[in-house]
Amino acid sequence: MTVAQAPALTSGDAGATPRRHPLSGPAQVRPARRGVGKFLGLTPFALYVILFLAIPTILAVTTGFFTEDGAFTFDNVMGIFAPTVLATFGNSFLVSAVTAVVGAVVGALVCYALLGTKAEGALRATIDSISSVLAQFGGVMLAFAFIATIGTQGLVTRILAEVFGVDLFASGPWLYQVPGLLVVYLYFQVPLMVITFMPALEGLKITWAEANATLGGTPFTYWTRIAIPVLAPSFIGSLLLLFANAFSSYATAAALVSQGSPIVPLQIRGALISETVLGRENMAGALALGMIVVMVVVMWGYSVLQSRTSRWQK
Amino acid sequence: MRHLAGVAVIAAAAITLSACATSTPEASDVDASIATSADDFGGMDALIAAAQAEGQLNVIALPDNWANYGEIKALFEEKYGITVNSADPDISSAEEIAAADNLKGQDTAPDVFDLGTAVTLDSLDYFAPYQVANWDEIPAENKEETGLYVNDYTGSMSIGYDSNSVPKPTSLDDLLGSDYKGAVALNGDPTQAGAAFAALGLATVQEGGTLDDFTPGIEFFQKLKQAGNFLPVDATGATIASGETKVVFDWSYNNLAAAATVDGWEVTTLPGAVYTSFYNQAINKDAPNPAAARLWQEFLYSAEAQNLFIVGGAYPVTIQSLQDSGTVDTAALDTLGELKGELVTPTAEQAEANAAILAEKWAAAIG
Repeated sequence: MTVAQAPALTSGDAGATPRRHPLSGPAQVRPARRGVGKFLGLTPFALYVILFLAIPTILAVTTGFFTEDGAFTFDNVMGIFAPTVLATFGNSFLVSAVTAVVGAVVGALVCYALLGTKAEGALRATIDSISSVLAQFGGVMLAFAFIATIGTQGLVTRILAEVFGVDLFASGPWLYQVPGLLVVYLYFQVPLMVITFMPALEGLKITWAEANATLGGTPFTYWTRIAIPVLAPSFIGSLLLLFANAFSSYATAAALVSQGSPIVPLQIRGALISETVLGRENMAGALALGMIVVMVVVMWGYSVLQSRTSRWQK
Repeated sequence: MRHLAGVAVIAAAAITLSACATSTPEASDVDASIATSADDFGGMDALIAAAQAEGQLNVIALPDNWANYGEIKALFEEKYGITVNSADPDISSAEEIAAADNLKGQDTAPDVFDLGTAVTLDSLDYFAPYQVANWDEIPAENKEETGLYVNDYTGSMSIGYDSNSVPKPTSLDDLLGSDYKGAVALNGDPTQAGAAFAALGLATVQEGGTLDDFTPGIEFFQKLKQAGNFLPVDATGATIASGETKVVFDWSYNNLAAAATVDGWEVTTLPGAVYTSFYNQAINKDAPNPAAARLWQEFLYSAEAQNLFIVGGAYPVTIQSLQDSGTVDTAALDTLGELKGELVTPTAEQAEANAAILAEKWAAAIG
């Protein structure tokens, strides 16, 4: 699972395919296509998913249950519960949770601010497209961008030190450790929140506000009784998406953090390529299994919430 | 790129065909993949002819600025007219073996390996035995008796530093001082990279420990981290050039390579025990260019290439024989200085035990 795949999950809920709620009026029932034809259109995508997601995942995870010599074992899976490995799961969880919450809150505020702009206006279109790009701006490029600006020899670091006498790294080289990941991940988390949450905010109908006013409500009751209940599933869904996005990120961390493999994807790398600690290749499969379990739980939560959200987005 | 590769394949095929058609009968009779010496080909000339008929050599994990491999590869190409395809220069020893697995049967698979000792001993099934012509010049303790793998070069674990911004360290404890704030880096993570593992070994013996247990070394780096001096950045030529890593523990040949290009970069070794570790040369038993792989061995252990290691700051395995026969590049050796002092190298058992210790303690020590 990579950063690149995350937005694929959002394309379906961006309002492109209106789904009819049973209560929303007499829906035109399309005649269902019969037989094989029904599945034909799905085949390319299904094949793609099987070849490039399902099979590799199954192969990777099954290695976790075997020794190097091919004997069945639970040792690798039990290895997840070693203190050092558990600590990396803890770090991964922390980095994902913090960047998801901060990203979601900041992103939602940006969306709210954007509501004040014209829907078809240049400003909103610009921020929308910038967000779409930045949400994908992860990996080695992003790590390098941060190293070049606020790394120990970065441009901004040097200017701050020489002109203002401020030492960015007075408390240690934090950029290259877990705290650095928090800062760097937010760079793509906030824009991702903007592109996933904006459609939900745009789905708030002006008529609801009018109905609220007509019935004697205040702006306060509008938010507490209408907007927040309507937006909550979408907000939490987006939050989970951000969590999953950070949890599965690898390249950014790999380029930035080179000691101690503090998060799970880096542990997997270590298990696969180490030239000093040998014989842990199959441990990588067990670590992947641990990650998949977390991701499945999160994605299940996301899909449940998403199905509740979509009924308002018409 | 694909077109280029296609052309290369066709060209190689053409060379092979023409070679068969003309006049190297002794080469075409020999199964190069099981030859264990040049004699099996019918002599060095026949080996050269067979290798030239293949026209290609796939090497892997050989950076140009590592132990002078750039010049060594270039000289091989020039001398024999064989194209050296250098894949993935910066990968680890374990990934070399993984590449041999993944690319098995393809013409891009690596022909030869250059491996750290732990991976070498773990991967014997991947190697084809071969003994170079000057086999006797390689000390017995530096080679597997059938030629499955052979030590090629070593260096000592050294400390490189930017003399323009930090003072010269004369002991490990110096590095704990405030002059080295956020400055001290390793070449990789010791639970993954051999050079960083060796740095922990050096710190261990310098701290009075033994190679049986790297804990004193781990504790030193923990102190370094607590002092705010440890920089968790993977040191490369680029980080040294940019000034990001001001003090780097690395093999002497890597630090010397940096010193040759970066103004102010100097290399020092601490008084006391000197930590060394040979790299190993081996032939992939599934080498797509088996004759070229064997010619590469002959070339690497020739005085010419062994001297190039010295130029690059590494100590070649045949150095004693080079000195005895007077073929050593004395100018280069004078610049490098002799490898002297109490030399220590972990055994395979010690390396394995310490790998387990590092896996358990390293992340916590510097986290």
